[in-house]
Amino acid sequence: MSEFLDAVANYKFMQYALATGLLASVACGVVGTYVTMRRIGYIAGGISHCVLGGLGAANYLIQVHGWTWLQPLHGAVFAALLAAFIIGFVSLRAREREDTIIGALWAVGMAAGVLFIARTPGYSQDLMSYLFGNILMVTPADLWMVIALDIFVVGLGVLLFNQFTAICFDEEFARTRGLRVDALYMLLLCLTALTVVLLVSVVGIVLVIALLTLPVAVAGQMARSMSRIMILSSILCAVFTTGGLALSYAPNLPAGATIIVLAAAAYLAATLAGAVSRRLRARASLK
Amino acid sequence: MERHKNTTPAPGEPAVRISGVTFAFNGDPVLRNMSIDIKEREFVAIVGPNGSGKTTILKLILGLLHPLAGTVRVFGSPPERARARMGYVPQYIYADVRFPVHVLDVALMGRLGRRGAGLGPFSARDRRAALDALDEVGLADLRNRPFSDLSGGQRQRVLIARALVSEPDILLLDEPTASLDSEVAAQLYDLLGRMNERMTVILVSHDLWFVSRYVKRVLCIQKNVQMHDTTDVDAEALGQLCGLGMRMVRHQDSCPGGDCR
Repeated sequence: MSEFLDAVANYKFMQYALATGLLASVACGVVGTYVTMRRIGYIAGGISHCVLGGLGAANYLIQVHGWTWLQPLHGAVFAALLAAFIIGFVSLRAREREDTIIGALWAVGMAAGVLFIARTPGYSQDLMSYLFGNILMVTPADLWMVIALDIFVVGLGVLLFNQFTAICFDEEFARTRGLRVDALYMLLLCLTALTVVLLVSVVGIVLVIALLTLPVAVAGQMARSMSRIMILSSILCAVFTTGGLALSYAPNLPAGATIIVLAAAAYLAATLAGAVSRRLRARASLK
Repeated sequence: MERHKNTTPAPGEPAVRISGVTFAFNGDPVLRNMSIDIKEREFVAIVGPNGSGKTTILKLILGLLHPLAGTVRVFGSPPERARARMGYVPQYIYADVRFPVHVLDVALMGRLGRRGAGLGPFSARDRRAALDALDEVGLADLRNRPFSDLSGGQRQRVLIARALVSEPDILLLDEPTASLDSEVAAQLYDLLGRMNERMTVILVSHDLWFVSRYVKRVLCIQKNVQMHDTTDVDAEALGQLCGLGMRMVRHQDSCPGGDCR
């Protein structure tokens, strides 16, 4: 543990990693709560796998065509938003075919990413870090992007709290109140897409889904209002990312995977504790 | 209580006017050339067997569905523009049963879409209106309880409070007694009778036994639409008029295949 603290004190890359984890946690708690309550975790999964296509394409353009002004994260944002728009459009127009489209996008995004990576000289080893996270490789440019995305996502997520909660709870009633339900749903998907991009920097494409849902699941065992679940899951997410970084540093384990295992262990513990306390309470009430 | 009406109805203008409306789901006609006027302060029950289009009428009035032919007018305007004056109480909430909201949060949702209830948290005035509405349905004491902890009857009353906080001129309810036992349902109709003193009440039900005690008119939906004044006929006669047996209407599962015709 002291090694980790030394690294935080002395190494810029560790400070960037820590800051990215903490910033992403705020968006993760806010948007993750909406995603869980609106039950669009599968959509978030589809969006996150499309990010590989965006990262691959951006890297290809940078390396092969010399678009030096471009950042890989720009490609990720573009791909995630595009996926959110397509899924949103399909789910608003033809609800029953939603899962087919999500599944197709999921695979096509990955395939496009792999093709671009294959055509980009010297970058095939990046695949692992895209898939499972490369939080220790966050650059200052990435960090600025993370800050901007975080402010945007959290700002809108908090300002539109009442509206988003209403469409998650009862979309039809929200419509009768004159809320622009379809536009709000699209916006929620876009915020989900941007949050996915933030989390891809932390834990990678494949593991995003767990970080978006597990802190909310743990928080949901302890709190029973949307706002409290948001605050609690943000804190939990920050604990998991920081804890995962700390645990993985000395034994040189992959940080993303460590973070996810930590979150899953917490979820398991919270679920078991919840079941035990319910049983104890039931027994006490019988006496 | 504040009232701001942007469209004052011309004298004699009905609260709801449905003229020549035809509606179909995937090519199956549900309503055919239906016309009906509902006046202000009426208490109308829309009654009919499953699949007859009762809920469809409610959703047409709310502007959630649009007719294939014909027009729906609410206080002389298209439904979308009269939404501020309508309060809707759905039959179910499709969200997770453990959705993390408290009773007051649910009631507050009725304040959305009003001028002044935009970005950010609800105002003190919104909270007061939500508390007043909860008080009116007798649930002010439970305002800080999780919604999912309530009984079916209490949840139904929270949803009515949610519709009331927007200070509607028309209250629309879809099967409000479907999941309630008879005693709780009777209390609910007492409440609706009270509401009817200041607003039009339109409800969908297959439960004629309770309906007939309070409602002024019953709209029977079958192949053809008929209006009946409840003063003319008693519940049993109404049941026969509407093609419904009194016993079978209590439990949907006693209609094999969902077809009571």
